[in-house]
Amino acid sequence: MYDLIVVGGGPAGLAAALSAYENGCEKILIVERDLELGGILNQCIHNGFGLHYFKEELTGPEYAERFIDQLKNTSIEVMLDTIVLEITEDKQVHTMSKENGYQLLQSKAIVLAMGCRERTRGAIQMPGSRPAGILTAGAAQRYVNIEGYMVGKKVVILGSGDIGLIMARRMVLEGAEVLACIELMPYSGGLTRNIVQCLDDFNIPLYLSHTITDVTGKDRLESITMAKVDDKRKPIPGTEQVIDCDTLLLSVGLIPENELSRNVGIQMDQQTRGAMVYENMETSISGIFACGNVLHVHDLVDYVSAESSLAGKAAAEYVQQQNNIAEKDFLTINNGQGISYILPQKIRKENVDKKVDLYYRVNQVYDTCIVSIQHQGEELAKFKRKNLAPGEMETIPLRKKLLDKVDIKELDIVVREA
Amino acid sequence: MAEIICIVCPVGCHLTVDEENDYKVTGNQCNKGAIYGKQELQNPVRTVTSTIKIKAGSHPRLPVKTSDTIPKGKITDIMTLINQTEVTAPVSVGDVIIPNILDTGVDIVATRSMS
Repeated sequence: MYDLIVVGGGPAGLAAALSAYENGCEKILIVERDLELGGILNQCIHNGFGLHYFKEELTGPEYAERFIDQLKNTSIEVMLDTIVLEITEDKQVHTMSKENGYQLLQSKAIVLAMGCRERTRGAIQMPGSRPAGILTAGAAQRYVNIEGYMVGKKVVILGSGDIGLIMARRMVLEGAEVLACIELMPYSGGLTRNIVQCLDDFNIPLYLSHTITDVTGKDRLESITMAKVDDKRKPIPGTEQVIDCDTLLLSVGLIPENELSRNVGIQMDQQTRGAMVYENMETSISGIFACGNVLHVHDLVDYVSAESSLAGKAAAEYVQQQNNIAEKDFLTINNGQGISYILPQKIRKENVDKKVDLYYRVNQVYDTCIVSIQHQGEELAKFKRKNLAPGEMETIPLRKKLLDKVDIKELDIVVREA
Repeated sequence: MAEIICIVCPVGCHLTVDEENDYKVTGNQCNKGAIYGKQELQNPVRTVTSTIKIKAGSHPRLPVKTSDTIPKGKITDIMTLINQTEVTAPVSVGDVIIPNILDTGVDIVATRSMS
């Protein structure tokens, strides 16, 4: 019998397990599908990690190793090369591995930290033929950075998410020519700093409001056709441009990997595509927590670690008290005007110490704006923000004082131009 | 006046640098931005990350980085040297793989341990 089983040994799972341990949880197990811990950080060899969490700039593998090293001084157990097939409401975990075969493990609490998956060519219904040379940016990243295979010589990137931008630079450094980065939206999906240091530094053109309308090549990719799109994102006839290339990398979004969560009946959020969670990252099933990219896709691993520490601490408290706090009164946080999602979605006042940090994304670009916390149209708090974009997750504090002030069941978070 | 975006951290402040006025930086939210803005116009520098071949390791490639920033113009030459290098496992994070690369005073170091 375990106190806590953590599904996934990437940054979220590692931080959750360590935090649970520090908060008095004793029998903890991390179940990891890969042959080593660290998750996607192992292939993210670029720097820029840890500025918030460690106050210094690290590469992905360095960031992971700091957490993995901390495990050594704990009693936390790790099962590698093991996949979780199913979890149940009463905290049973069904696993499978080459070494141990099928196992049924019992726990008192579960933290879900399975991360996310890349959207593929099928997910965006790209027209054209089906040659080799079209792969997701993350798959290319693994080939180049871990396996040591170069994926192509003349590269086009579709989508301007961070992984795509990072891979644009990486391909140039390894001797490839990156001909274009094509983005459907009128703004980039990645961090501004990555546009500067990955595209601008290497004179890679970024085509905003463009898409791919055709793909040619029999065995290997030979060319793509790019066209401008109108404000309804439909290709504009006559703007087509053919680009000869042998490789197309897709950086067209990430989707939280939630088969386990859905199968056990956890309430999901349509916007984040992750679980609906309370202030302590507990899902609709008490004793099951979720954190990291399985909950919502983050831009920065630092935020994953912080969120996962919260989940781990809450799991430890759940194990020690075994009380069902889920049934207490809660208030709901709604996405108002300008907000694409906000999280946590539900808050139980009794569990709030001083404040809850609300994480949100806006649904369009804002220069200078006011993010306001409202109750039935009345403004309870407001925060001035600059340069908000859908590609960057933002935060505002929801203070206990405000929660105590009035007896409210719902709050709306709204953005407006200043 | 030059307008640039700070790349020191993911906040990405929009900086204005006044070349006429001792490269005075405005628009930065922290002091690192002021230093970056001045440096970027006078002598832009970057950290380079890549991989090198490793024998007998758990993977065929070892991730590495420059231990400090290097002038932007030297990136290509540094990549050439990195691609000519090969090491043998075990390696610990922080181990110096190529000391003082191109006389920059900066080392190429391992960014993970590998056995």
